[in-house]
Amino acid sequence: MSDIIYKPGHEPHPRETRRIFRNIDRVGYTPSIDSFIKDGGYETLKKVIKTEPASIIDEVKKSGLRGRGGAGFPTGVKWTFIPKGNTKPVYLICNCDESEPGTFKDRFIVHQDPHQLLEGMIIACYAVQAHYAIIYMREEFPEAAKIMRTALKEAEQHHFLGKNILGSGYDLRIILHRGAGAYICGEETGLINSIEGVRPYPRIKPPFFPAAIGLYGCPTIVNNVESLCQVRQVLMRGGEAYATDGAQRSPGTRIIGVSGDVKRPGYYEIISGSITYGELLYDLCGGPREGRTFKAIIPGGASAKVMSCTEVLKGRNPDGSVRKMSIFDVPMDLDSIAQHGSMSGSGGVIVMDDSRSMPEMLRNLNRFFAWESCGQCTPCREGNPWMLKLSERICAGKAAPEDVDLLKSVADNICGRTVCAFGEACSWPVQAFTTKFREEFLAKTQPINALKPHNPETAEARKFLSRED
Amino acid sequence: MTESTDAISALTVEHPSPGKKYYPPFQPTAALEKEAKEYVSMYPEGKELSAVLPIIHMIQGKFGYICPESMSWIAQQCKCTEIHVAGIVSFYPGIRTRCPGKWHIRVCHTIACALSGGEELIGYICEKLGIDPKELSGDEPMGISPDGLWSIEPVECLANCGFGPNLMVNDTLYSQMDKEKVDKLLAEYAEKA
Ligand SMILES: Cc1cc2nc3c(=O)[nH]c(=O)nc-3n(C[C@H](O)[C@H](O)[C@H](O)COP(=O)(O)O)c2cc1C
Ligand code: SF4
Ligand code: FES
Repeated sequence: MSDIIYKPGHEPHPRETRRIFRNIDRVGYTPSIDSFIKDGGYETLKKVIKTEPASIIDEVKKSGLRGRGGAGFPTGVKWTFIPKGNTKPVYLICNCDESEPGTFKDRFIVHQDPHQLLEGMIIACYAVQAHYAIIYMREEFPEAAKIMRTALKEAEQHHFLGKNILGSGYDLRIILHRGAGAYICGEETGLINSIEGVRPYPRIKPPFFPAAIGLYGCPTIVNNVESLCQVRQVLMRGGEAYATDGAQRSPGTRIIGVSGDVKRPGYYEIISGSITYGELLYDLCGGPREGRTFKAIIPGGASAKVMSCTEVLKGRNPDGSVRKMSIFDVPMDLDSIAQHGSMSGSGGVIVMDDSRSMPEMLRNLNRFFAWESCGQCTPCREGNPWMLKLSERICAGKAAPEDVDLLKSVADNICGRTVCAFGEACSWPVQAFTTKFREEFLAKTQPINALKPHNPETAEARKFLSRED
Repeated sequence: MTESTDAISALTVEHPSPGKKYYPPFQPTAALEKEAKEYVSMYPEGKELSAVLPIIHMIQGKFGYICPESMSWIAQQCKCTEIHVAGIVSFYPGIRTRCPGKWHIRVCHTIACALSGGEELIGYICEKLGIDPKELSGDEPMGISPDGLWSIEPVECLANCGFGPNLMVNDTLYSQMDKEKVDKLLAEYAEKA
């Protein structure tokens, strides 16, 4: 829209389509309810609160909206998993834990446009008939917590929240619950346990998903901040109109956060599938830094498999024939990158140029996962520190070539054997880094290291076997 | 540090810290109890346990950390056992059992910030503040300057990855930091002290 002026240096790129981030960095826009209402805020709520909840769910289903928290599950379908004939209270939780490294989108929504989230959330709550909802916000957003508490009060004063919302007879209470620095609280069942006041160990699923048995044993819908804002967009535009925008199987806009070695890192809101990774990195982000070339890309948050910029991918022409392509040719929607073995997850793109050592990058990720494992499953709890030790040893030049394979085999033995998807999240990076950049890992190793003990105790025990070199 | 004989005392040990002079000692008062009740009332009937994290945050905010006495007080507010509170406190990286400095610095050292120099900043800040980087390992990594004014803690992703390196001083985020900016920032905070 032409009447929107952005702060100097924060103007969107011409190829962006700002919907969710429409008011981010906007001149004169504040988190207050007045700013939001002046911009047409809460009009959608006023409209839909007069309709049947089921029709809202239908609209969201028609839109094809998929969750933006990482897994990309269809939002409308998730809502229908609440058991038919349910008599227990239904809860809705907004996942504002935003802890996947490389992801930084929800932060801006809750700091600069909190009412957008609230409107989306109230609509979603009405659709699933929840009368109590929780915003689970990570502790590292103290400013946002203040802003959100004010926003909740404002919404209540304007009768968008509380008893008998806008005279519809519908009651809703939303509270803010803050985390305490644990990544695992982003996992929906860990999050639920965190709210229940027990250790946030993820729960086993299937057979029971939170939509059937969640918070306090009641049906619970967990949705990401951006997803809930998208719900508002769906109702604003109409499900069918929403579905026609962008990639067929993942319509709507997406917020992409780019970090690392590009000229202009930051956030970009694009129509899903409208640009490729190459266009994102070269056009929107200005390309690599002076004198550098791109080496590797993590396309969807730290747990996505890394893509090498030189790897040859197989694409399909419209006539069905196979063509060679690279990561730069892959469109940015939810599914395209998945065909090439990675995922676009939460939209956090981490870029590394040719000055970077891949074993170092992996060591950093291993440290993250070793620190964040909740410790409930043995493979994850024990495997992650082991992988960290191995990658540290490789980085220090003290590893043997076999250690690279050992590292990968530890990862292979974690994924698929754990309670929650953290098991995959921690092993995918290891599998991808050690396979795609194997030579670089091997170059840091030496066969003689296989004979050398790793710690003082074994050194003592083996002192007759090994020789000082 | 005293020798602990059982699980509860092992988890609820009072740790010495030079930062304590900047925070009031924990004292259960009626006002505190009232505030805790307000948190309990945010949750459905009979779900007092849900208030355990908000109450812990309240205590940590006022007194800097969770001391053993406050743990048993929190347990009373949430109608749970002391060991349950200890289990929560020991789980979350964001909850401390040692008093931080007046200015608590959290530096992100996860991948995106590391790409822009976050890891090096940690060493640099430690050196400037006279903190031994060895303290930044173990279960509760935190280094405190000898005068108790500063503490530093490496943390994982602060969700501002495009604008690294990121760090927080108490509740305020500072992004795109470098050594010069850190020098200026520390000088500013030293002034405020
Ligand atoms: C280890 C782990 C961490 C996660 N962290 C987050 C997070 O920080 N924010 C988020 O929205 N979803 C996160 N998720 C995904 C949630 O479990 C859940 O799928 C999501 O909140 C559902 O919302 P959506 O359907 O709107 O995407 C995480 C999942 C896993 C396995
Ligand atoms: S996979 Fe890891 S993080 Fe997930 S429940 Fe098991 S131990 Fe916890
Ligand atoms: S990696 Fe430092 S803020 Fe995300």
